[in-house]
Amino acid sequence: MLYYTLNRLALALVIVSVVMLLLFSMIYLIPGDPAAVALGPRATEAMREALRVKIGLDQPIWVQFWNFFTSAWTGDLGREVLSDRPVAAVVLEQLPFTMALIFSGVGWSVALGIPLGCWAAVKRNSLADHIVGVISVAVIAVPSFVVAIYALLLFAVTLRWLPAIGAGESGNFFDQLVHLILPSLAVGIGWVGYIARMVRASMLESMGAQHVRTARAFGLPESRIVYQYALKIAILPTITLLGVGIGQMLSSAVFAEIVFARPGVGKLVYDAILTRNYPLVTGTVLVTTVLFVLINLLADLIVGMLDPRVRSGL
Amino acid sequence: MSVLSIEDLCVTYSTSTGDLRALRNVTLDVPRERIVGLVGESGCGKSTLINAILGLLAANGRIDHGRILFQGRNIAELSADELRAMRGPGIATVFQDPMGALNPVFRIGRQMINIQYRSKLSRAEKANRAAETLRSVRIPDAEAALKRYPHEFSGGMKQRIAIAMALMMKPAILIADEPTTALDATLEVATIELLQELQRDIGCSMLFISHHMGVIAELCDDVVVMYAGEVVESGTTRQVFLQPRHPYTRNLIRCDPARQHTRVRQLPTIPGDLPNLRSRPRGCIFAPRCEMRKEICEEPPPQDVSNGHMARCHLAVEH
Repeated sequence: MLYYTLNRLALALVIVSVVMLLLFSMIYLIPGDPAAVALGPRATEAMREALRVKIGLDQPIWVQFWNFFTSAWTGDLGREVLSDRPVAAVVLEQLPFTMALIFSGVGWSVALGIPLGCWAAVKRNSLADHIVGVISVAVIAVPSFVVAIYALLLFAVTLRWLPAIGAGESGNFFDQLVHLILPSLAVGIGWVGYIARMVRASMLESMGAQHVRTARAFGLPESRIVYQYALKIAILPTITLLGVGIGQMLSSAVFAEIVFARPGVGKLVYDAILTRNYPLVTGTVLVTTVLFVLINLLADLIVGMLDPRVRSGL
Repeated sequence: MSVLSIEDLCVTYSTSTGDLRALRNVTLDVPRERIVGLVGESGCGKSTLINAILGLLAANGRIDHGRILFQGRNIAELSADELRAMRGPGIATVFQDPMGALNPVFRIGRQMINIQYRSKLSRAEKANRAAETLRSVRIPDAEAALKRYPHEFSGGMKQRIAIAMALMMKPAILIADEPTTALDATLEVATIELLQELQRDIGCSMLFISHHMGVIAELCDDVVVMYAGEVVESGTTRQVFLQPRHPYTRNLIRCDPARQHTRVRQLPTIPGDLPNLRSRPRGCIFAPRCEMRKEICEEPPPQDVSNGHMARCHLAVEH
């Protein structure tokens, strides 16, 4: 397990480094002069030159990259243009809102998707299976911003059951939870479908395996066979899928945060793009990338914990 | 009384291309403390028979005639719970493929403790019993083995673990479904000897399924020969091997590679293929491949019995 963990960790570091390189190239390749953009049209050439020197744009490209690389690893993502605050601080301030949103989205998809998938697999080819199948495909097909808008209209505007906008009163946990329901549903509902489909398929596969026949031949109770013997194997690809899914939920979070006017990283990057606040854009992208890589690392480690064959590299 | 007796069993699978009659009028008997061998080539209905005995037929399979009696009770009349109670302590099974028979994500110990769920023993006592049984099938360092996962064992070891699991149930009958097919020749002999020894120790009956004639002759008291879902010949091992009455049995024995004493370019085979089970012939099922075929073989063959030696053939050889 130690070897496996170190291996995954090293891979994660390499991925983050490559992302940094890509990100740096992107900034470098964006047409226009960052100093001119930052200072606006009324700045003089001398002012621009001074800023270029200040943020290191006069240095050779590899020196620039090395500076970006090393300062990013030490947590220094530069300063944002509008308020001159450190980008890292701004992003970290918004991050908890997005994390809460994403993990509630994962919560929905796991809490509904796994039982629905198991149920469909156990009741294979029954009416229940077909209904779950249709619903799954339907929620996968509908984009999350559409879900967000209609959920907002129905539950917040027409029925007035749930609050429409904001993240809730700070310090009031219950209020924040209530404000989380609709946005997280919008982010997670599609993944209920993905996970139900995935769990159904892998449950059918593991239920047909030889060892399930062995377990039945020893007269083990069917519930134990399904929810212990078969599910532990069937859940493995779902965990990997969820790791990837969280990446997609990060992008749906942008829509959800805009529609529900919630604070968060998505809203932050949206505003930053509108105001051409490039350091903030790159900083936010870098932080979410690291987050995504970390979550996938976690997913790999969980799979390794559950499956001894993966640990020993089979 | 027999531990297991199957009377005139017919099993049919309904498929999208019509009914597939997998077993037809199968009759066999496993008496107390005896080992009965079941021989037949792939596709002769061995697996269907096992699943029918265990009450684990696929959803599209049904018993449409005959009975399976386990200790005198018809398993078709048992409830789901009674069937589950029978599997394990009544009928334990060792399957063909040792690689897939154990769950890959649970430790051996956990799996061996789980199957003792009916017992009132404590977890530690169950673990001890598991280790003890592993020692009896000669797994070295049994306590450590309990903490390992299936993929950490070789095929032969896994098959011995599967045998240990079956024997831990102290079953009335052990069904061994080609337990040595996936093993190499050396392990095959060792596994057979182990099964024989344990069968004697526990005093259970055994239904041993194989297509390996030599192993059957070595191990079994009685032999049942199946072809395309029918029992074509049955009797004591002596009768069937020394005085085979059915042409199919004679062909099987002739084709056993172990009987070739001289170098041959091509091993002998039985010409032809298994018949299509969706449209069985009215007459003898083996007739299309039989070298002794006569006109009368178009009629359903009688079950000719002499001295408990049955052959389903118009031309059954009298001894």
